[in-house]
Amino acid sequence: MPDTPQATQLTVIGGGPGGYAAAFLAADLGMQVTLVDQEPNPGGVCLYRGCIPSKALLHVAKVLADARQATHWGVTFAEPTIDVGKLRTWKEGVVRKLTGGLGDLCKRRGVTFVQGRATFVDATTLSVQTNQGEEQRLTFAHAIVATGSRPTTLPHLVLDSPRLLDSTSALAIPDIPRTLLVIGGGYIGLEMGSVYAALGTQVSIVEMTSGLLPGVDRDLVNFLSARLKQSMAAIMLNATVVAIREEPNGIRVTFEGPEVQEPQQVFDKVLVAVGRRPHVQGLGLEHTRVEITPRGFITVDAQRRTTEPTIYAIGDVAGEPMLAHKAAHEGRVAVRAMAGHKVAFEPHAIPAVVFTDPEIAWCGLTETQAKQEGRAVEVARFPWGASGRATTLDRNDGVTKLILDPSTSRILGVGIAGSGAGELIAEGVLAVEMAALASDLALSIHPHPTLSETLMEAAEVFFGQSTHVYRPQRRRRDAPRVGLASLDGLEESG
Amino acid sequence: MATFEFVLPELGEGMEAGDVVQVLVTVGESITAEQPVLELETDKAVVEVPVPVSGTVKAIHVQAGDKAAVGQLLLTVDTPAAAAAAQAPRPPTPAAVSLPPTSENGENKTATDKAVSRLPEPPAHTAPTPSGQSRSAAAPPPQQPSEPPRPAVPAAPSVRQLAREIGVDINQVQGSGAGGRISLEDVKRYARDLHARLAGQQFRGALPAVTLPDFTKWGVVERQPMSNVRRATAERLTQSWVTIPHVTQFDKVDITDLEQLRQHYDAQRVQSAGGKLTITAIVLKVVAAALQRFPQFNASVDMTTHEIIYKTYYHIGVAVDTDRGLLVPVIRNVDQKNILELSVELTQLAARARSRKTTLEEMQGGTFTITNLGGLGGTNFTPIINAPEVAILGLARSSIEPVYNDSTGQFTPRLMLPLALSYDHRLIDGADGVRFLRWVVEALQQPFLLALEG
Repeated sequence: MPDTPQATQLTVIGGGPGGYAAAFLAADLGMQVTLVDQEPNPGGVCLYRGCIPSKALLHVAKVLADARQATHWGVTFAEPTIDVGKLRTWKEGVVRKLTGGLGDLCKRRGVTFVQGRATFVDATTLSVQTNQGEEQRLTFAHAIVATGSRPTTLPHLVLDSPRLLDSTSALAIPDIPRTLLVIGGGYIGLEMGSVYAALGTQVSIVEMTSGLLPGVDRDLVNFLSARLKQSMAAIMLNATVVAIREEPNGIRVTFEGPEVQEPQQVFDKVLVAVGRRPHVQGLGLEHTRVEITPRGFITVDAQRRTTEPTIYAIGDVAGEPMLAHKAAHEGRVAVRAMAGHKVAFEPHAIPAVVFTDPEIAWCGLTETQAKQEGRAVEVARFPWGASGRATTLDRNDGVTKLILDPSTSRILGVGIAGSGAGELIAEGVLAVEMAALASDLALSIHPHPTLSETLMEAAEVFFGQSTHVYRPQRRRRDAPRVGLASLDGLEESG
Repeated sequence: MATFEFVLPELGEGMEAGDVVQVLVTVGESITAEQPVLELETDKAVVEVPVPVSGTVKAIHVQAGDKAAVGQLLLTVDTPAAAAAAQAPRPPTPAAVSLPPTSENGENKTATDKAVSRLPEPPAHTAPTPSGQSRSAAAPPPQQPSEPPRPAVPAAPSVRQLAREIGVDINQVQGSGAGGRISLEDVKRYARDLHARLAGQQFRGALPAVTLPDFTKWGVVERQPMSNVRRATAERLTQSWVTIPHVTQFDKVDITDLEQLRQHYDAQRVQSAGGKLTITAIVLKVVAAALQRFPQFNASVDMTTHEIIYKTYYHIGVAVDTDRGLLVPVIRNVDQKNILELSVELTQLAARARSRKTTLEEMQGGTFTITNLGGLGGTNFTPIINAPEVAILGLARSSIEPVYNDSTGQFTPRLMLPLALSYDHRLIDGADGVRFLRWVVEALQQPFLLALEG
């Protein structure tokens, strides 16, 4: 059992990206910190059962897809043989390397790591049940609840069977099933579905709304839908699963919906990916004044302080969007607030990335949101068909768009669909946070030939003068004079 | 069915919270959009808070006596379908007064979120400043039924951080960059200006707290919390007293003839119109005429910019004594109304004030104040100016006095009304104070002057 102090300045409950970021910063600021998590090392769902292992697998999926596409370029590989055991070992190695690294960082910073479950006894005391079965009391001046979220289950989709998967068991890749049904067309379902499809499984997706990735701008999703239609066995929209039943050779699924053709189908495996819910149960929060919203999130202020002054909450438990990078930022805000700094969680842009192929990424204001709120915006789209780099990659299926304030030309949001969109969106975040104008992007020289040029050219599209997109009908704006003169020779130089 | 979480919307300039006086609905009750669901007592008024959606009350999260802050959850409403989803809550009591066009600044104020900690703003009753002019000069800007959320402020994260650290509300800062982008320099400049502006009001809240003795040494005491009205009155009057150099000019007016006219017309004309012809109503009309002749009495002082703000409208506040304390509802455009109209309006206004129906808007925007303590007694008093106005006229109790008549060489009994005019000596010189009050006296003694010159 680790040597645990009885009293601590800060206890962080949950060692995910929010929790460890908070614990590490607090230690760097000179606080005495205890981090409690059930796993042997920090990392949380993201590293153990989420972002990291899924991205490792999606990388493999991308290589497989690229290898197949290489036939177009005159390079044909043999059908790949997949050693699931080795794939799993490699993926677990990635996880071990990163979580082990975090454990090491914990030690170096003098953060006390306790492997166990913490529950609140009152507003300054925790009871920690260690994995060795011992209970210890821990008093704290401040605590951060960073317990994350869990996959949502639906009562009629519960089955005690290894054939029924959630995101955690799906990531374990126990085997490569012949057929798989993914319930839920959100990012988790699509990412996991893509992995299995690349490994050779016939994947069907069922989504209850009229499109994949509900809430995301349709023009971005369309590129993904087009490709998924090739790689997936079926995509059922406006359809729900009303019942599942285990049979000797699979799970029989009953569908309902106007477009459902086969209301009953049997799948080797079924993955339920209908969302995640904040993890607030069993933490003893009822012994404190922490309030929970009707949707199950912990109520926090701009400093992420709960209604109990000694307790903060960050990450998935503190509200949407449930994203690791948002949690880490919140963790740092909470710790700085504790340290007496005047800080607030008030981002203008939280990037979101769907790591499918093509990737979809966006930040700041979306077109969908602007429409809902009745905000007048101007949208400038640069199609990747006009991108030289995309053509060299044989991936013209993409678009980069800017959502702009019509009066100031300020960039309010950025949306990208295409290969590598997740890496490109960071520039969009910086543009939105810095309150950049379209001319700022247009006048910043971007390296040629790269996909990042699509951001610059989208800004040029706004002025009606993109180098690689000719639109005679479009009204041309007064663009910054210096910029356009210098842009003219760009193509030749590339 | 969808669920609508109704949180307390913005109540108006500077109003962040209030006391729940009464909840007007019950769980299970069906309600319609715009129906008042709550009575809230803020600093100076009891306002009715309307709900923006129709539906059924599912849960009530506050009760009478609770403090409610802007953004606090009040009701959960089951709404039919998603119709209400996009609707933003409306502030209570839509502004009924005519408003000047709002500037960007004014629109920024109708914010939905208030995450940013803010420096104490200049209180609503101090002189409006250039950057905050439109919002201080009038009631809140007109609200759209569905108000778009405030666009993110055009400032880089580092700039927003500096603002937070030095306690500046970044939403108030005017950006000098392209597209209104706010630079570090802009924030610093704003902070310097704000500092200068606040220096002019350094007394507010900065007075050393008086250490009270232990009164129980001498007997039994009872401690009671100040009501919102009392607290606001205390703060505002202290502010006025310590920032404005007051001078009070006294005079007396012979209202013997006027009183006869008043009684005559009160019975004949005014009462049948639903009003009561009081001396206050007549004085209102006279003062409006005087303000037109002496514009510096219808002004405000801006010590930040060293400017005098002359107003071209004549909105006169009338102090009303209520069981909750002193309230000052404002009668708009007094110059455009006749005494009969003023009598009716004054009667209604006083009744509304006493039954707590006066809205915040009705108490804002005054340019001059009249306070009549004559009904209660006293020979005279020194009223305190209702800042940011620059003068106030007090009426004490009229009484029969022997007045020497030059032409007859005799004392005759006359009904004399004592007047007290307190004015802001920064703006108004003593001679002007006398001239203004003499003009009021003359006009009351010779009502025909109103028609002749007013």
